[in-house]
Amino acid sequence: MSHQPRTLYEKVWDAHVVEPRDDGSCLLYIDRHLVHEVTSPQAFEGLRSNGRRVRRPDLTLAVPDHNLPTTARVDASGRELPIADRDSAEQLDALRRNVAEFGVPYIDALAAEQGIVHVVGPEQGFTLPGTTVVCGDSHTSAHGALGALAFGIGTSEVEHVLATQTLILSPSKTMEVRVDGTLGFGVSAKDVVLSIIGRIGAAGGTGYVIEFTGEVIRNLSVEGRLTIANMSIEGGARAGMIAPDETTFAYLKGRPMAPTGTDWDRAVEWWRTLPSDAGARYDRNVTLSASDIAPVLTWGTSPEDVVAITGVVPEPESFADPSKQAAARKSLDYMGLTPGTRMQDVAVQHVFIGSCTNSRIEDLRAAAQVASGRRVAAGVRAMVVPGSGLVKRQAEAEGLDRVFTEAGFEWREPGCSMCLAMNPDKVPAGERCASTSNRNFVGRQGPGARTHLLSPAMAAAAAVSGRLTDVRDLI
Amino acid sequence: MEPVTRVAGTAYPWGQKNVDTDVIIPAHWLKTIKRSGLGRGAFEVVRAQPDNIFDDPRYAGSPILIAGDNFGCGSSREHAAWALADMGVRAVIAPSFSDIFSGNAFKNGIVTVVLPQDAIDRLIAVAQDGEITVDLETMTVTTPYQDRFPFTLDPFRRRCLMEGLDEVGLTLAKDTAISKFEEAMHRHRPWIKDRSGNAGIAVEGAGRT
Ligand code: SF4
Repeated sequence: MSHQPRTLYEKVWDAHVVEPRDDGSCLLYIDRHLVHEVTSPQAFEGLRSNGRRVRRPDLTLAVPDHNLPTTARVDASGRELPIADRDSAEQLDALRRNVAEFGVPYIDALAAEQGIVHVVGPEQGFTLPGTTVVCGDSHTSAHGALGALAFGIGTSEVEHVLATQTLILSPSKTMEVRVDGTLGFGVSAKDVVLSIIGRIGAAGGTGYVIEFTGEVIRNLSVEGRLTIANMSIEGGARAGMIAPDETTFAYLKGRPMAPTGTDWDRAVEWWRTLPSDAGARYDRNVTLSASDIAPVLTWGTSPEDVVAITGVVPEPESFADPSKQAAARKSLDYMGLTPGTRMQDVAVQHVFIGSCTNSRIEDLRAAAQVASGRRVAAGVRAMVVPGSGLVKRQAEAEGLDRVFTEAGFEWREPGCSMCLAMNPDKVPAGERCASTSNRNFVGRQGPGARTHLLSPAMAAAAAVSGRLTDVRDLI
Repeated sequence: MEPVTRVAGTAYPWGQKNVDTDVIIPAHWLKTIKRSGLGRGAFEVVRAQPDNIFDDPRYAGSPILIAGDNFGCGSSREHAAWALADMGVRAVIAPSFSDIFSGNAFKNGIVTVVLPQDAIDRLIAVAQDGEITVDLETMTVTTPYQDRFPFTLDPFRRRCLMEGLDEVGLTLAKDTAISKFEEAMHRHRPWIKDRSGNAGIAVEGAGRT
């Protein structure tokens, strides 16, 4: 073992190399594999047709999320309601059949623990510091918030991991993104990560694994850190990581799948050795100051199109790069926005609070604080979709559901919902949505839908005022 | 995977440039649960046009597709390779391919052959009525008219294709190394294996470990 100072990423990588290969890539061991209904059916089919088994069902966990409607799942007498979309129903059924046939631990659509795969992993203590975590979904980067090396994979790779519990991978470059200082009033983790992406650009992290460091990150809860790591992929990075610390350990202790007893003690002992060594070098360093981060949101169709809520829709000519100017013109046309318009003057018809970025209990509390005692503005459809059944239950125990429903928000069943237009929750063409999700791509929330990414509190503020609003005026 | 040493037969003389994955297989086919059957959706938009090359009886079922620059650009969906394989295509010949597509093609037993544009033009002419042969042994594309175009292929990919090795199969052959790694892991990080709790989580079909 070398005595050179190593980064968190390098330590986790080194601990998982099964075998180096001639071309610089490695056979890497995978500790945790999350499976959902969309990217797994062909992988299971591949195993079946080759007579292969799942090597480590005990390191695998399956849960449906993308296709599930977020309306009631059982009728008054508790019977499961059929899913109207035939293809969605078929994909969900296939997952049920596959996990039964291959003996994969499974959280059913009707279980209280069901939820978005990236909410469920940390919540169950399935995701642990220093583990390698994969899932056939790009936002797997979220799990890096706990100090895991976590990234999305394609369907052939899902099959590879199911069969061998390994992946062939080449090492990434490392980037440190340090956020110094203390966050201002009304500024949340979502504002931090959007500001980071605004700074480095949507392709800025390509080829890198980012480690988020600095006082702001250290002072965030695990939930806030999950929001940040979740969007690493939106900055182009393969993965995003945050060093595990006391906050991480306190979050994990007692979770259903977290280690217990002496295992727990040994685990914590190892986890404490994971943070980057003093003097460890990154291939690139980026520094942001908390004092420069305001409540922000996106104006265009790339997550890098970030502007402060107090700002205006930018002039395409204000960008130095001619290709960015052209992209901005196209974005603004799609978004139906005129340069120079104050962001706070833009009216919205939809508000979506949910997705693996912002659907945990703290997100709902932040939104409820703004919604409390207010009414959703006329002409706005606002929905709150908890990230899991357990988040939903906790919110109901705290009375948040009543705060939302009394204010006129819809209170839904957990799932991906309006984050992507794969289930019935869609934004109609030409209409505008203030959304706590992670992608504002053309058509992401439905063909022709216009998306503004923002924090849960800002989304709630938009809901009650009917337009994009500075949440600091309401709290 | 079936070993491929030689792909011979008729070829679609298409030559189209910048064929993106949306053209190969439109997004609405992504809700499928199968790799197979996607041939029906392959080139759906092209096939909606009368007299298209894919429904021409002279070429129907060809194992070879001849295309233009930048074949398979766009999204990373593996469905594009599945669709081609399902319609019976075993080799695509083009001046260039998107990296992701050639990776996906190779994983599914499809040979991607890069040849210069003038060779492509000649092959398109021959394919109007003649057969084409892609030979991985000699690394050449030949025609009945004595044309002979050499090409190159990543040695690892060539071996996988010729021996019918898929990456999963290759890694499974490393079973000893993986098992050794697991043993060490269970000693040093026992908590990875002994997932506690599991309360409320159905483990169906258990025992098939
Ligand atoms: S919530 Fe959205 S981003 Fe997250 S897993 Fe679901 S679809 Fe993907």
